[in-house]
Amino acid sequence: MTNSAETLHTVALTVNDVPREGTCVARQNLADFLRHDLHLTGTHVGCEHGVCGACTVLVDGQAVRGCLMLAVQAKGRSVTTIEGLTRSDQELGVLQEAFSQHHALQCGFCTPGILMTLVEVLQDDPDPSEMALREALSGNLCRCTGYQNIIDAALAAAAALRQNQK
Amino acid sequence: MKASPFAYFAPDTLQEALDLLGSLDNAKILAGGQSLMAMLNLRYAMPDQLVDINGISDLAGITEQGGRLSIGAMTRQRVLERDSLLFQKAPIFREALLQVGHIQTRNRGTIGGSLCHLDPAAELPALAMLYDATLIARSAKGERALPMAEFPAFYMTPALEPDEILTRIDFDAWPQDSHFAFVEFSRRHGDFAIVAAGCLFSLSPSGTIERAAIVLGGVGAAPMRLTEAENSLIGQVPGRAAFEAAARAAQDIEAMEDSVYSAQYRCHLSEVMTRRALTKAWDRHQERAA
Repeated sequence: MTNSAETLHTVALTVNDVPREGTCVARQNLADFLRHDLHLTGTHVGCEHGVCGACTVLVDGQAVRGCLMLAVQAKGRSVTTIEGLTRSDQELGVLQEAFSQHHALQCGFCTPGILMTLVEVLQDDPDPSEMALREALSGNLCRCTGYQNIIDAALAAAAALRQNQK
Repeated sequence: MKASPFAYFAPDTLQEALDLLGSLDNAKILAGGQSLMAMLNLRYAMPDQLVDINGISDLAGITEQGGRLSIGAMTRQRVLERDSLLFQKAPIFREALLQVGHIQTRNRGTIGGSLCHLDPAAELPALAMLYDATLIARSAKGERALPMAEFPAFYMTPALEPDEILTRIDFDAWPQDSHFAFVEFSRRHGDFAIVAAGCLFSLSPSGTIERAAIVLGGVGAAPMRLTEAENSLIGQVPGRAAFEAAARAAQDIEAMEDSVYSAQYRCHLSEVMTRRALTKAWDRHQERAA
């Protein structure tokens, strides 16, 4: 099969509650589609084989590796990316705010994936233990922070979210 | 890296998928994609056609009839991990699944995908071997049942024809009060184990072991049952002496070797992990009884 023969697929989906549409070749993964076609560059692409977790996004509320899913498989689905976590144009979401407050990032490359993972984790368990958080984040590699501040920020975000629920 | 080009098909029904597989050349089935997508991106796999079976809804689900469990091949690992019926009938699944990759991969990864990828150290093939599961495969020509013992053809290759799809896995649950444990030795949480061990055993009314199953993953090309170690447990009172004897039998196996871990090291780990699995299963019971 040569490049010129590749069929283009139309992908209509919801991204961060907004209906979006793009065209792509079948082999394009979801992370690349979000970045290159929908220009949502907050989702980062690291290892491209499912190890680093930088490309984690939510598909129908579940955290998945954006590099291990084809864009065509996201047809009709609801995708949430890091851009969807901000409360408004200038206001950070609870998780983002906690990460900023606790210096839970240095270079920030892994951060979008970690935050998207935490969205699902904190929805499932609003009051996780430190051990549970460490295990939940075992699929997200960070080479700067040593994770300590990430755990601190996640615990603080969990507490803030519980407070908001009251 | 990016995947090489392929033609993409997303059938809605099993029949359509089987027809496609029967007519396409160099086609791969895309299940959860948590191994295949990585292999495509790395260009270890370069199929000309990809048949995505994620849209076939009747391939997923967990049912039970008369103590026999039936799991659809496209049931996600995360669904298995949280399913109350499966937890009640075969709690070892949850213990093993929590060691499969990470939340993000279990959300997509399927039991059928894991069985067909057949990584020597993967948890789900090991469990299928532990339970002597029956695997049901379909092609346009019909359906056939394969015992798990005959499912691995060779290293990472199931005994399926190119036009066949694994549709479900069936196995008998063990008695409710059976003891179980699934343990792994790996470099990092979520990595494939260097050696994994799973065990099930049940006791007679007099308190001796009357039935036992032990499986090792990561040791051979496919998960292996430890018949000798299992037999050594029968009639014994559960406890250190019986577990030590079984563990000694566990190191007396032919282990594979790679550039990182020697066969000798894997044999050593086989002994250690077998002992740990049996001990964990029994300690858990003691703690509950206390």
